Amino acid sequence: MELISQHAKEIMEGCKERAKDAGLRFQDETLEYIVTNRDMLELSPKAMIPTLYDYWVHDVEVLKGLRKYELYPYNPYETVINTRPPISFYNDNNPDWLNVMIFYHVLAHIDFFQNNLYFRLTWDYDLNGQALADKRLIARLRSEKGRWVDYVIEFGRAVDNLVGYFDELSRASRAQAPTLSNNVNYYFDTFLQSVKKARIQEYVKEVERYNQAIARYGEMGEKTFIADTLKKHPELEAVFSRQEPPKTKPRLDLLQHLMTYSPFLTRDENKWMLSVLEIVRNTSVYFQPQIRTKIMNEGWASYWHERLFLLDDRIREHEVDFARVHAGVTSLPRVGLNPYALGMRLFSTIDEAAEKGKRSLEFQALRDIHARETYDRQTGGGIDYIFKVREDFCDFTFINTFVDQDFVNRHKLFVVDRRLDQQRMVWQYYVKSRKSEDYRQMILDTLYHPPRIEIEEKSKDGNLYLTHRFEGKPLVKEFIANTMMGIEYLWGGPVQLETSEVMPSPSEVERQFSGRGEAPPINWQRVLYRMEQKKLTKTTIDTESGHD
Amino acid sequence: MADFDPNKNPFASLEPPNAEGTYTTRIRSIHDLLERDKMREKDGFPRKIRIGKLVKPTRGGKEKFVVIPTTVEEKFYHDSVPSPTGEENATGGTGKEEEGDILGERPVRPEEGAGEGEAGQGEGEGHELESTAYDLGKILTETFELPNLKDKGKKSSLTRYTYDLTDKNRGFGQLLDKKATMRKILETNISLGNVPDIADIDTTRFLISPKDKVYRILSRDIDYESQALVFFIRDYSGSMEGKATELVVSQHVMIYCWLLYQFARQVESRFILHDNEAREVPDFESYYRLRVAGGTKVASAYRLVNEIVEKESLAKDYNIYVFHGTDGDDWDTEGVEAIPEIKQMLTYTNRMGITIAEHAYAAGRHSEVEQYLINSGLLRERADVLRLDVLDEEAEEPRLIEGIKRLIS
Repeated sequence: MELISQHAKEIMEGCKERAKDAGLRFQDETLEYIVTNRDMLELSPKAMIPTLYDYWVHDVEVLKGLRKYELYPYNPYETVINTRPPISFYNDNNPDWLNVMIFYHVLAHIDFFQNNLYFRLTWDYDLNGQALADKRLIARLRSEKGRWVDYVIEFGRAVDNLVGYFDELSRASRAQAPTLSNNVNYYFDTFLQSVKKARIQEYVKEVERYNQAIARYGEMGEKTFIADTLKKHPELEAVFSRQEPPKTKPRLDLLQHLMTYSPFLTRDENKWMLSVLEIVRNTSVYFQPQIRTKIMNEGWASYWHERLFLLDDRIREHEVDFARVHAGVTSLPRVGLNPYALGMRLFSTIDEAAEKGKRSLEFQALRDIHARETYDRQTGGGIDYIFKVREDFCDFTFINTFVDQDFVNRHKLFVVDRRLDQQRMVWQYYVKSRKSEDYRQMILDTLYHPPRIEIEEKSKDGNLYLTHRFEGKPLVKEFIANTMMGIEYLWGGPVQLETSEVMPSPSEVERQFSGRGEAPPINWQRVLYRMEQKKLTKTTIDTESGHD
Repeated sequence: MADFDPNKNPFASLEPPNAEGTYTTRIRSIHDLLERDKMREKDGFPRKIRIGKLVKPTRGGKEKFVVIPTTVEEKFYHDSVPSPTGEENATGGTGKEEEGDILGERPVRPEEGAGEGEAGQGEGEGHELESTAYDLGKILTETFELPNLKDKGKKSSLTRYTYDLTDKNRGFGQLLDKKATMRKILETNISLGNVPDIADIDTTRFLISPKDKVYRILSRDIDYESQALVFFIRDYSGSMEGKATELVVSQHVMIYCWLLYQFARQVESRFILHDNEAREVPDFESYYRLRVAGGTKVASAYRLVNEIVEKESLAKDYNIYVFHGTDGDDWDTEGVEAIPEIKQMLTYTNRMGITIAEHAYAAGRHSEVEQYLINSGLLRERADVLRLDVLDEEAEEPRLIEGIKRLIS
């Protein structure tokens, strides 16, 4: 692993200047390394973070990767990691023109990491440095506790996809807004509106009074306001004392819950496990935004490498070379999905639409196809618009908002499905739908969406009771046992999991036997798994009370 | 970091000062990993590492095949919804077709090149397969405690010498290798700067060094004769589709690897597939890959083995092993034809191992093959040679290895 040559670095610096002029924002210092295929293979199980803690599963992945490489040699052009400074890895010394394209791509990734709000939790520290400290801690623990460290990592990782990423994100994003006490909230939201039925004028006057109190007395403002209010409405005294103290217990995810309440983990001799779990959890939270912005991030990078490359004065005459490589990366596959292609086209389309004033109520209301096509208010501002989009959206909102029928038509997109031709024993791939709703749904179905597992108040008598909030999909059955075994270990007592499964229909056996036939509709049933002493049992829950 | 300073390379601080090597050298070997995996059982947790295989189908019919360790990090994940129509597999696409138009087709069961005309493939690749298979055999023997063969080497290996023009020598020899020589000459001239334009080579200007001439010389090669001959028989009838086939093939891969290690690579194998008729295929790849739907007649395969052994008089030179994988269905329900063939086989084999991968729907009753084997009494009388292992088609790898122990111990 070595730094890129001075010559290539110079090209990179030139790219940075031009990218900044175009509006991309990122920190000045970056590091670029040339790595061998082997380095790449060894880094990829660690999410390309060289300093990530060691774990045997990564080693298995590396061995697998090395063997797999024998069959399917494949080298990515670049990989960027979201660290401070951002680090990017390159496979080899490329020709200058190709470097220009790749560097623009990388810079746009960095811009995305550093500006998209879903990455907010990653902005305040450098993962590479943090990970190094964690790695050393784990190495030290391993020298003391041996392979039990790996069991704790394993069981922590078994639930690390359930981290409360959105809870943390919203906590971090909301911190700036002033938090009102329950009393003030009650006064404005309930008392004035429902009890007093105050008129708007009156209400506004009260808001003004509150603001003045805060402005005049600062920290004491709220107390002053409450005191004044009580003078006016003595009847509130009873309500106010009942409301205090404000209880804002933050919602804990499963790992946090275990770390806080597990009788096993809070024993003195097991305290060290908490640090391991904390590391596992933080690492997972760190990567959450990346998984949720794949289409956007790749689309954004592809959009900019195209745009900036074509404007770059340093590499004239390589347009054809560029076109070949670019098309290879960003062409829409005949059958299949390509996040680079999809994301890039969406950004171009949004840019163009905003430029023509199509992101407006007037346009949204327009139904006439011809009018929609020719609509152009020449409002400009497309570029500002996509910068906002790159800041505020994640894959789900991005796809959900911008994949519309115009987009699907324009790029001739469709949903492909396959069906069995029984006579000829072939799979037929056919166009299932050209409707944007279907296309959108098909993509949304491919997005990362871990199950929501809630911790029930029923967790009593040393039992941990988990509820899987059913969203139309079952859990992977084969994984339930070992995952629950890990939770049982960390909890130190029996663990229960409530989830939904497909009810076996009586004709199932026969159908399997004949291998075909009409399938009955799916019937879901609620089941309860119980893990105790590493033994898993399952019971059916009667749901007459209305779960369907 | 205000200014760019390569000394602040974050990787420089990656290792404690006196650690050995870089992080790259610390990847544990497959042996260490498996050793460690074994400890899990002692600690009361199930094993996690599996030995899998990767197969890359290629157009020419020759598939590359590597053995890899795999593991799954088990978590709560969403599974796909079992669709009522059973065939949902939606993805994206682009093109001009209308809704309902067919884009293309793919056969459900690919039966490609079907075993013929595949001789003479790249030697290198075959070796590659063998070396990973050998490693796997070693791992299976050592780590999963598969027994070592007791009667290994009972029949001594034959060695003979062959003389062939295989070795290369520069400067003199029996036969000029023109292609290799040309290549050397070109190299020499490129390094001399004698090839100004690669697109327009003027050979008359070439300088030829005496060392550029490459000859083939006659050399003596040692040709080991194999000690063991294994017949792998697989039922590829219609009912075997899916898991049953996967199981049988996986188990046979492992047995093959184990024997390869036991006999220090001196193993020959023959591959036989059968539905209601049997046929021999030339290599493991075809054996692994071919799928056919048909009826089942186990006796056909046994008969073919007996014929081969007799015709090529293999019995006197080899330790012969026969392994058969089936789901237990047989049209010859009483074993009227199969039992005599088995009896004949038992006269010369060192071991015959039959694996029955039972279908989930058939659980609880003996399959036909199992039934007639039991009825024949051979399993008891000839327990030294004939073994049977019945497993559920949902069986996992540890069970497979357990099964191998049963078949070969």
